[in-house]
Amino acid sequence: MADYMKSNRREVIAGVVLVALLATYLGTHPRGASTYVMTIWANQCLILGLAACAQFFAVVVRGIDLSVGAVMALTNCVASYLLDGSAAGIASGMVAVVIVGALCGLLNGLIIVFGRIQPIVVTLATASVFVGLALLLRPTPGGAVNYDLADAVTLDVLGIPTALVITLVIVAGFWLPFRRTGLGLGLYALGSSEQAAFQSGINTRFIRLAAFTLAGLFGGLAGLFYSFVTTTGDAGIAAGFTLNSIAAVVLGGVLLRGGVGSLIGALAGAFILKTIASLMFFSGIPSLAQPLFEGLILAAAIAIGGADVLRARNKLEVFS
Amino acid sequence: MHFGATRALDGVDFQCNAGEVHAVLGENGAGKSTLMKLIAGVLQPTHGQLRVDGRDVLLNSPRAALNHGLVCMFQELSLVPDLTVRENLLLGSPGAGIGWLSGDSLARAQDVLARIDGAQIRMGARVSDLTLPQRQQVEIAKAIMKRPRLLILDEATSALSASVVERVFGLVREERDNGIAILFISHRFHEIEALADRVSVFRNGRRVETFMKGAYDYKEIINMMVGQKIEELFPAKIPVGSDAEVVLDVRNFSWDGRVRDIDLTVRRGQIVGLGGLDGQGQGAFLMGLFGLLRKAEGTTAIGGASTDINSPKQAKQQEVGLAYIPEDRKTEGLILDQSIRENLALAALGRPDLDAGDGALYASSLEQLALRHGGLDLPVSSLSGGNQQKVVLAKWLALKPRCLLLADPTRGIDVKTKTQIYAMLRQLADQGTAIVLLSTDYEELIQLCDETHVFFDGEIIASLNGDDLTPENIIAAALNVAPESRAAHG
Repeated sequence: MADYMKSNRREVIAGVVLVALLATYLGTHPRGASTYVMTIWANQCLILGLAACAQFFAVVVRGIDLSVGAVMALTNCVASYLLDGSAAGIASGMVAVVIVGALCGLLNGLIIVFGRIQPIVVTLATASVFVGLALLLRPTPGGAVNYDLADAVTLDVLGIPTALVITLVIVAGFWLPFRRTGLGLGLYALGSSEQAAFQSGINTRFIRLAAFTLAGLFGGLAGLFYSFVTTTGDAGIAAGFTLNSIAAVVLGGVLLRGGVGSLIGALAGAFILKTIASLMFFSGIPSLAQPLFEGLILAAAIAIGGADVLRARNKLEVFS
Repeated sequence: MHFGATRALDGVDFQCNAGEVHAVLGENGAGKSTLMKLIAGVLQPTHGQLRVDGRDVLLNSPRAALNHGLVCMFQELSLVPDLTVRENLLLGSPGAGIGWLSGDSLARAQDVLARIDGAQIRMGARVSDLTLPQRQQVEIAKAIMKRPRLLILDEATSALSASVVERVFGLVREERDNGIAILFISHRFHEIEALADRVSVFRNGRRVETFMKGAYDYKEIINMMVGQKIEELFPAKIPVGSDAEVVLDVRNFSWDGRVRDIDLTVRRGQIVGLGGLDGQGQGAFLMGLFGLLRKAEGTTAIGGASTDINSPKQAKQQEVGLAYIPEDRKTEGLILDQSIRENLALAALGRPDLDAGDGALYASSLEQLALRHGGLDLPVSSLSGGNQQKVVLAKWLALKPRCLLLADPTRGIDVKTKTQIYAMLRQLADQGTAIVLLSTDYEELIQLCDETHVFFDGEIIASLNGDDLTPENIIAAALNVAPESRAAHG
């Protein structure tokens, strides 16, 4: 246990911060810890949470994905065409939306791996392409999503917000087993030391391709869930989500140099960021000043995460 | 096999049989690392063919080599720093793909670790928190758990202390008796003496000769490696009187409970060695002298003047005159992607009295060390390990330091470069530079050093000089067991 706490220090800090913030939020909210308040909060958190998951897969292999928001915008617009009508049509539409996201990620990965171009450049370019496609699909916000399905996904199950159930499924059903697979460990190996990974006999090209495809897939999931929350398609959502997804993974203890962090941390970071924003909403701070305070809190949180450097008695440890 | 304009290997035929330990000797740049990389699937031959069990094979990736049972423990460590020991072992376990990883082979790895004195390495510890020797122990366990047919040990024990090396050798002999072929690369003759069955000598990309161990003696083998006679590896010691001028004087140095009450005196013309098992405080002591540790206690006087050093920037100023050659030249000594010229200038930068851009600062030491390079504007990563170390030395010697601290400067370096470094150190000492040499190679502590202090658990447990400076005494002191003849002090 001590070992676990030590090597997952950043996630533990993020978790503690999240619980404290949530308690404050529910304490100050006029309607308290009701299912209604929790559901709205959880929905907002999970949208950014999924975007942060997408960003996590790019960052953990020492990359970055500037197209996370663009993939969300594109899949959101695709969803606004496909998620209405017959049950079978909606089901295949959902699969199609996620596949579009995964294909976007695969395209990023192919260019990065075989074109040998830095991820930041590639995803900057493809982000414009994806947003362009989204605009062609939906020049103005519109479209429709089946309300019954949207309600089912965005309300609650026995008083527990469905978004939290989905989060739990992602962590317990996907992430924890995935972490024990060769692909899961390979992501960290690649991000931490590509040379060591290659010498250990790992197919580094495949792993990087897989990482960016997973980033696209989670971007697609984020776009899908966003569609259920808003029930329309909107091509203009890209920029905000990309930057917030990066802020969220950093806040959740994922190092931008790669190889360190976890999906749990990325989710926690996203939840923290959204909770801060919600707190601002009820705190009476003028809405125009909110970005200023959000930024200050973000900077402070990251500084606390790095504070243990001050304990190092050997100055060289500060750099490692 | 070509590297740029030079042939790294030229028409080499090489065979390794099952059930033998085959040692490969040669200077750095002789081609042995290239040969190992070919076998491990990291490089592909431009001409020629590799055969395993008589069949032609194509080894186009480390994975392909693994599938043929060819396992290499590289000199550059292949562990992923941010993953735990367990995860690293899982990644390297046989049959590991992208799917679910089974922990079946972990038991064997733990068994191996226990046998080579690594039982205290926790499976849940991050590799980046391990010491260099511990990482090497994990590397060895990782290699052996793959159940290789051919195991390549490329300087695999370079950071390990003598007692652990002996345990590793026991394990290697057992694997050999089970019919595994072992290729063993080391620069330490006594290790080859202890382990090898057959020896191949490489020089300038060619295999010079292969023979059974014992067919040639020590000197003849060295001559084969360098292609010319080297009379002595080590320069002659010149006796120093007890009244010689004191250059470096350290009193009551302590740090964080890990280093306690160290007193050290270096006189003009002396080279003082620091020995002991790894992590007994000798490395931290050197770092502390150079201002790398917070809250270190004690006094340091250089040339009689007491100094207070809190950072490397302070330590390298003219009035202090310290230089420190770190243990890990690739991460702490050099910036690998920068050119040789830029790396040389790094130490002199920030010294107001020196012009770091002036090539004349470095010319004499580069000439004396005979740096072999293809142009000073090439990245320093293009040099072999021995030549890289020469760049580290030259960059600090440009400052004309009054006291030179070296942390295992010859680890993984070929004999000829070692000899050049030894000669240079002796000359510097004679010119009045205080030299403190941390070494894991006790031949250096005996042959090169005038006095050797052995560390144990943060203290100097024995100070040996003259006739007391023997391998037996050093090992006994390092293990803190009663030596046969003399009483330990401290």
